[in-house]
Amino acid sequence: MKHFDVIVVGGGHAGTEAAHAAARMGAQTALVTLRADAIGVMSCNPAIGGLGKGHLVREIDALDGVMGRVADMAGIQFRLLNRRKGPAVRGPRAQADRKLYREAMQRETALQPNLEVIEGEVSDFRMDGGRIAGVILADGSDLASRAVILTSGTFLNGLIHIGDKKRPGGRIGDKPSVALAERLKALELPLGRLKTGTPPRLDGRTIRWDLLDEQPGDEDPVVFSFLHREPFARQIACGITHTNEKTHEVIRANLSRSAMYGGHIEGVGPRYCPSIEDKVVRFADKSAHQVFLEPEGLDDDTVYPNGISTSLPEEVQAEYVRSIYGLEEVRILQPGYAIEYDYVDPRALTAALELREVPGLYLAGQINGTTGYEEAAAQGLVAGLNAARAARDEAPHHFSRANSYIGVMIDDLITRGVSEPYRMFTSRAEFRLSLRADNADQRLTSTGIELGCVGETRQRAFGEKMEKLTAGRDLLERSILTPKQAREHGMMVNQDGEKRSAFALLSFANIEFDQLVAALPELSAIDGETAEQLAIDALYANYVQRQEEDAAAIRRDEAWEIPTGFDYDALPSLSNELRGKLKRALPQTLGHAAKVEGVTPAALTLILAKLKQMRRAKSA
Amino acid sequence: MDTIFALATARGKAGVAVIRISGPQAKAGSGALCGTLPAPRQAGLRKLRLAGEELDEAVVLVFEEGASFTGEEIVELHIHGAVATVSAVLRALGGLDGLRLAEPGEFTRRALENGRLDLAQVEGLADLIEAETEAQRKQALRVLSGAVGSKVDAWRADLVRAAALIEATIDFADEDVPVDVSPEVLDLIGRVSGGIATELRGISAGERVREGFEVAIVGRPNAGKSTLLNALAGREAAITSEVAGTTRDVIEVRMDLAGLAVTLLDTAGLRETEDVVESIGIERAISRAKAADLRVFLLDGDEVPLIAPEPGDIVAHGKADLAPRDGLCVSGKTGAGIDTLIAQVTTRLEGLAAGASVMSHERHRISLMRAQGAMESARNEVLAGSERAELAAEDLRTAARALESVLGRVDVEHLLDEIFASFCIGK
Repeated sequence: MKHFDVIVVGGGHAGTEAAHAAARMGAQTALVTLRADAIGVMSCNPAIGGLGKGHLVREIDALDGVMGRVADMAGIQFRLLNRRKGPAVRGPRAQADRKLYREAMQRETALQPNLEVIEGEVSDFRMDGGRIAGVILADGSDLASRAVILTSGTFLNGLIHIGDKKRPGGRIGDKPSVALAERLKALELPLGRLKTGTPPRLDGRTIRWDLLDEQPGDEDPVVFSFLHREPFARQIACGITHTNEKTHEVIRANLSRSAMYGGHIEGVGPRYCPSIEDKVVRFADKSAHQVFLEPEGLDDDTVYPNGISTSLPEEVQAEYVRSIYGLEEVRILQPGYAIEYDYVDPRALTAALELREVPGLYLAGQINGTTGYEEAAAQGLVAGLNAARAARDEAPHHFSRANSYIGVMIDDLITRGVSEPYRMFTSRAEFRLSLRADNADQRLTSTGIELGCVGETRQRAFGEKMEKLTAGRDLLERSILTPKQAREHGMMVNQDGEKRSAFALLSFANIEFDQLVAALPELSAIDGETAEQLAIDALYANYVQRQEEDAAAIRRDEAWEIPTGFDYDALPSLSNELRGKLKRALPQTLGHAAKVEGVTPAALTLILAKLKQMRRAKSA
Repeated sequence: MDTIFALATARGKAGVAVIRISGPQAKAGSGALCGTLPAPRQAGLRKLRLAGEELDEAVVLVFEEGASFTGEEIVELHIHGAVATVSAVLRALGGLDGLRLAEPGEFTRRALENGRLDLAQVEGLADLIEAETEAQRKQALRVLSGAVGSKVDAWRADLVRAAALIEATIDFADEDVPVDVSPEVLDLIGRVSGGIATELRGISAGERVREGFEVAIVGRPNAGKSTLLNALAGREAAITSEVAGTTRDVIEVRMDLAGLAVTLLDTAGLRETEDVVESIGIERAISRAKAADLRVFLLDGDEVPLIAPEPGDIVAHGKADLAPRDGLCVSGKTGAGIDTLIAQVTTRLEGLAAGASVMSHERHRISLMRAQGAMESARNEVLAGSERAELAAEDLRTAARALESVLGRVDVEHLLDEIFASFCIGK
């Protein structure tokens, strides 16, 4: 029997990121997947990043994860969303070439030390008492490990719907993991059901591109990885078209034949990714909906029509798609479908993504009720890091809401659960102005270095960058101008006699770095990239300072962990009602306890007092 | 760590009230009001002044960091226990940089965090804090259930909508959402901050208690209202006669009822009339009576009052000397039933005074002020253009957080609900 520290089940975005993270941490890691050649497959939209999601990719990259680097290698159209809004809400996004992505991911996986890929179907877990101690494959072979990370995506009791036809499956062309689902059922985990959908895939050679508007990429592409400066692949444009009244008529006439509207689906779908049926019904007054035609690769004729996912029967799909301008003659390569699948209520997880009731078993990705490659990968990273730490008996590392989108997501999932597939938005992050894509490395890379998941190349690059930033900031703060001097160089500031540092002046919306250099020639020592970063830091400095107190309070409460088995009965002053609520919610930190409905400041103080007492007793 | 303050003694009228200030700015903050501070643990008499205006004279006590209830620097101001005084001092402290009103239980929490209390002591204090929070919960409920309720609901809806519009342009920039939402956002912000401004002018409990409650005597003409007023006032404040409609204008008499300042209003008798002057008097009577804190209806025989009594109003039968009836009967002429009436009025007003507790109102006032400031800066950011949308959103978030005690929590899910209901998202 083979022995590993960590076994990752599944080779999707969560699985690969989890396996790489564990391996980078030095854990002997196995990635078990049905087909090794499917590692790095993008099963839905061939795009990475976006608002909130791009932030997650940058954070993964800051911790030396793979997604950002691979997406850069595969990106064929980069766009920085919200380019004309503030830096805090700019999100890098890229259209990816499916094949390049898959190849790059498989290459990275082959090169990663400590990581072995094993083809096979996991049919059961090895148990050691209540602990997970490895997996059993369908061919009967055993793999032992200290921890198992399950990233089975939509494969748990997956059910694909096309019109009134349905068949079991996790992704079109793949079989669902029935044996594993049965096994999980036996663990009596709290399960729920969700659905998601995809549009039909089109043959690009049959699209009238000449008629359609183009959406080009940015002239000055912004890539994901802090280690990269520019894209690797040739850049292309996407097409844009619109649905019309005829399209909507066809859909309305066939609504009852849609799996969703025909009552065949019980799972809850995401509101931000509605099917075209949903759009036509819910926004009946709109006469057109945008459709982005996204090529799936440079040498691939498949086109992903973003905006028209559906579960209508195949012949209806053909009819409505061909009613769209430019798609009159289009050939459908693969019909759109809706998929229903089981997810585990993430409130059953710890902040390390380990199941509370099944030590040693970690879950990451869609199985936790999320949607999106980036959300999946970020969870994979968290599970991978923590499984590796657990394998060498180290305490879990928790990401805080106060310093990362990763922390926001994990906290949302484990404290609130999900009611629809969970997707990241920048509005979910209360410290949005400090949690930016541009400073993900400043926020997380040093933590990554301490944890041991950041390689030498990045450590060196990060160290050099931070030296420049620190020196630059120092210089800006030491360089002082009077309002009069500022005015002389064309900077409009109040003539209030107050001297301001160059850093403070940089926070003014109408003052550019070049103007400062004109007034203070010594600032020319700061290179362009460093200056750009410092200007962003300056822009938000006042807000960030104001938020720091809130953030500190959150971090303080998050730092108070409530141990499993904490005895609420030992607090006689708690009301019975509150005691019941806390026992059901089982908050993992004082911060989580504060979010339990009905919890009063008095109750929190009581819990804190008990925790302090326990800590004292322990150290005595 | 910010510096917090709160009234440490029970709310309401008392001989002495203690305001406690704890945190790194405690000495600096209190020093701003009372000038020099006495040496630690030595009582000193100081005048409290804000911008030259004297607020009160107080006994001031200073506790050094490490030797106080919370373990932080603490200053206690022992001031006169008048509701208006307490309110004025709290307000002055709230206006100082770096100081804010303490959250419920925050002093205890800090004491615990700094190792000044153990579990048993916290257990002992818990009941106390619980009581405080319970009172606040009730206060919030009162605010939400009353006339303010619908106003608050409207603010909430407007604020959620404004924040959702901005968030939609940020988080769904790539989608089919309007590019420029600023006209609607500005409109919504204007509505909420206008409403809050009105509320700020009106709800201050300190003012209410300082200026007095208004009690209106209403009834048909010649019901004996003026006679009753004179009996209550103990002097001939209003002209009385047998002629119905003698009182044309509203007559005000200020008096003290069990320590509460009260303005009694004698109003024109309510009836249908052709007389122009009398009808103006009646209109005025109705509007003043409706705005009053309490109405005493004086009935004459079996007639039905022209305006309906509101819950809590007092209904009495007048001219008890002429025709005794069931229920509360009074006679201004003989003084019969006057003591009972005064007792009833006093009980009602005390109820109102307790309901308008200075603590929670001060908390609300500070929340409203903060929200107002945040909305002002949100307005500026919206006007500065969409490239500052994230700053506008941040200000709206601050406003919503400040209003949490009044509006309830505005969660990101509420914004998302609004966004998904309004726009077709999902490219």
